[in-house]
Amino acid sequence: MISANDQFFIDPSRCIGCEACVAACMECDTHRGRTMIHLEFIDRASTTQTTPVVCMHCEDPACAQVCPADAIKQTEDGIVHSSIKSRCIGCSNCVLACPFGVPHYVAAIDQMVKCDMCFDRTSIGKKPMCATVCPSQALFFGTVEEVMRMRQERPIQEFMFGEQPVRTKVKMMSAPGMERMDYDIMDFMPGAASTMVDIAELSVWTSGMETLNVEPA
Amino acid sequence: MAIPTLDESEFIDKFGPHLNHEPPGGWLENKQSGEATLVKTHCCFCGVQCGIQLKVQDNKVIGFEPWEEFPVNHGMLCPKGVKRYLQNEHPDRLMSPLVRTESGFAEASWDEALNRTVAAIRKIQADHGPDSFAILGGASMTNEKAYMIGKFARLAVKTANIDYNGRLCMVSAGAANKMAFGVDRAANPWSDIPLAKAVMLSGTNLGECFPILTDYVWRARDNGAKIIVIDPRMTPIARTADLFLPVRPGRDSALANGILHVLIERGWIDEKFIAEHTIDFDRVRDLVKRYTPALTEKITGVPSASVIRAAEIWGPAPTSMLLHARGVEHQVKGVENCLSYINLVLATGRIGKPGSGYGTITGQGNGQGGREHGQRCNQLPGARDIENPAHREFIADFWNVKESEIPHTGLTACEIFDAIEAGKIKGLFSISFNPLVSIPDANRTRAALDKLEFYGCIDFFLSESARHADVVLAGSLQEEDEGTVTTGEGRCVRLQQSVTPPGNARVDWMILKDLAERLGAKDHFLYAMSEDIFRELAAASKGGSADYSGMTYDRIEKNMGLFWPCPSWTHPGTPRLFENGVFHHPDGKARFCGFEYRPPAEDIDSEYPIFFTTGRVVSQYLSGNQTRRIGPLVEQYPEPLCEMHPMLAARLGIIHGELVKVVTRRGEIVVPAQVVRTIRPDTVFVPYHWPGKKSANLLTNRALDPISKIPEYKVCACRVERISA
Repeated sequence: MISANDQFFIDPSRCIGCEACVAACMECDTHRGRTMIHLEFIDRASTTQTTPVVCMHCEDPACAQVCPADAIKQTEDGIVHSSIKSRCIGCSNCVLACPFGVPHYVAAIDQMVKCDMCFDRTSIGKKPMCATVCPSQALFFGTVEEVMRMRQERPIQEFMFGEQPVRTKVKMMSAPGMERMDYDIMDFMPGAASTMVDIAELSVWTSGMETLNVEPA
Repeated sequence: MAIPTLDESEFIDKFGPHLNHEPPGGWLENKQSGEATLVKTHCCFCGVQCGIQLKVQDNKVIGFEPWEEFPVNHGMLCPKGVKRYLQNEHPDRLMSPLVRTESGFAEASWDEALNRTVAAIRKIQADHGPDSFAILGGASMTNEKAYMIGKFARLAVKTANIDYNGRLCMVSAGAANKMAFGVDRAANPWSDIPLAKAVMLSGTNLGECFPILTDYVWRARDNGAKIIVIDPRMTPIARTADLFLPVRPGRDSALANGILHVLIERGWIDEKFIAEHTIDFDRVRDLVKRYTPALTEKITGVPSASVIRAAEIWGPAPTSMLLHARGVEHQVKGVENCLSYINLVLATGRIGKPGSGYGTITGQGNGQGGREHGQRCNQLPGARDIENPAHREFIADFWNVKESEIPHTGLTACEIFDAIEAGKIKGLFSISFNPLVSIPDANRTRAALDKLEFYGCIDFFLSESARHADVVLAGSLQEEDEGTVTTGEGRCVRLQQSVTPPGNARVDWMILKDLAERLGAKDHFLYAMSEDIFRELAAASKGGSADYSGMTYDRIEKNMGLFWPCPSWTHPGTPRLFENGVFHHPDGKARFCGFEYRPPAEDIDSEYPIFFTTGRVVSQYLSGNQTRRIGPLVEQYPEPLCEMHPMLAARLGIIHGELVKVVTRRGEIVVPAQVVRTIRPDTVFVPYHWPGKKSANLLTNRALDPISKIPEYKVCACRVERISA
């Protein structure tokens, strides 16, 4: 059984891209074969880095703010729910507004769907399906005390997108000492100086080139 | 002549692979129907054997629930485990025995199918001798079936030629374990991984092939461990490793020698442990003297600074775990590679203690148990040696036959196909094996299958190999039978029967029992239930190196698995071997075995200038006979891609996504290029789960390790060509 203090944590540095989370999300009884989450390959040409994208459940959710049909509701427990079928008009405002890239518009049902933190499972004392199965525990469901005891990374829930602060219910594991993650649109524009350390850089493979010029033995 | 009588597309129409996406009745039906029961059992795929609860209703598997209490995976699953239930109630499921006709297959009665099989065995053996008929088993089978197929081959069919697909898997590690430690099992439970301060992962794409173990490795890192990953590709587990050694394919023994060289030079060896608990270190010390970091770099392509850094991480660590898998094992020097790495463990004396030790990660569900109960050509139950007179006497006595009635060593899996090619083996019966996809040099495998006078098999889906069969006996999926399997850490776990086989299909061991009866060996196979077979195999293992004699179904269930050796009903099992430094050789000492590096059987040259290597992807399993029929898994990685570095792609004028032809001396395939900077520029990789024209094993080299007879999947020479528009 889960406890009232259990929370959701994401650590992309642990992710192995297996998509067990996506596969498991489809299997939640109420999802009926449709996944509410997805997996991002960050830049497969350069790295095997992947990250699971579950809803961050913002305290003041942009998706709900921009919804012209008032189809996205937040409950007292802080869960930002998927769109209400009878209200959603499929306009995709939420898809464009979400700073984390979470909501997806599904043409087949003309509706936005997104993660509701396994509300149907947590409400009956079960952990969310994705965090239960995640083989790397990049998705973790437990208490802050547990995660602080077990891991070196620290949970943060404050983000800054340009000038816009965002506080989330779901916590992102980050380097100790960091209290907020700041993003600027310029970081993502062509020509931006990447701050990411790219371990797949050429120097790793320098020795691999010699054999390309190998002569017959 | 076992030649298929339909063409490829006709086979696919009739027998698949079709894709199953939904539980029986669809998602909505499933939701509306009544109460389902949850059966606590295990995944049917890899050697981790995750605990899972299958959701069962009306004799159908309709879904799953995580089993969080099971101590190995605590509810964790990879996508294969999540979607495994979709193999049940599958449109491709074989529901009846089939016999080949001039236009495909016709359904047959069990009597007809079994009699035809028995008649073929008798005729071929009468014409060409007992060993002209071969049996192939598999390491995905339960311990019960592994035991039974070995006994079936020797006492019912009376052939020496019985082997299994584990021969393609980890036999080189098994042989190395026997040579170094005197016993073939991972030395430590996986719960030791998080206690290690240095973790070396050599030739294991752990994140994709054994995904659940990722959590163990990350927990080690949480506890301060440094992670070393050795692989020609930057796999998901390598991405955030503390040290990544991008080894040139086929150079592993040299790399291990190079690391040991630095360990000795820096004094990071445990002289006391070496003196008290090992022999032959001096020979290895002399051997590695010449493997300086500079020479090691020259051979392996790993920068000398990285070789030194590996030693700096491994040497002073208070605890350490070495884990390796097919990367080092699938080579003609597979045994040498494993032993060279084991030397790093022995030299530092870090084995047999909490957080310190060694393990090969078995790839198949019962990779461990499948190699212990006598389905190997050189082995009798209890991991006994078929040429050891005392072992033969014990088993002859146990089986109530004369020692002379037990055949001697037979041919290994690949050699059986060589012998079919040479006309020495005329008949074949297989279970749990899809050789056409899984054995190297598939063009030769296909020709060999075509050449057979008779081929019979037990299958639940019609595999690509089974298309060649004269008789296909509709057997059971894992969830349709019960039994035990022994996981990669040596833990014997209990599989529950969740549903009964559909239609006219039958439980595998009952089919074998019927065949044995018709072959006149009824008295040796008087089993009423699976547990009868387990009791017998446990008793047969008594006193053997893999001793299960203290295990019962009840005890295994109550303990959520028992580790062998477990020699009495009060014995708690043995999760960690070699505690107190006692090894299983008669003198209690471990052996150092060192080897000069030697090149792969086929190295690159000017004609074939690029290394070719193979492996798995996370969403597929082995030859894909199950996973290529599960919709969501297929959609995750639909077809094989040829991974290559952009520098190589640029040199060849290839752009990402375009079709390329990969050619070796044995064959060629055409697949899309995946241009990524996560592979050595001198190497291309194609995963092997697919059949036909996209089969990576059309390219691989059927060169065998001289000791273990494992083939060299992990390195051969190829060239890659652009397909001009």
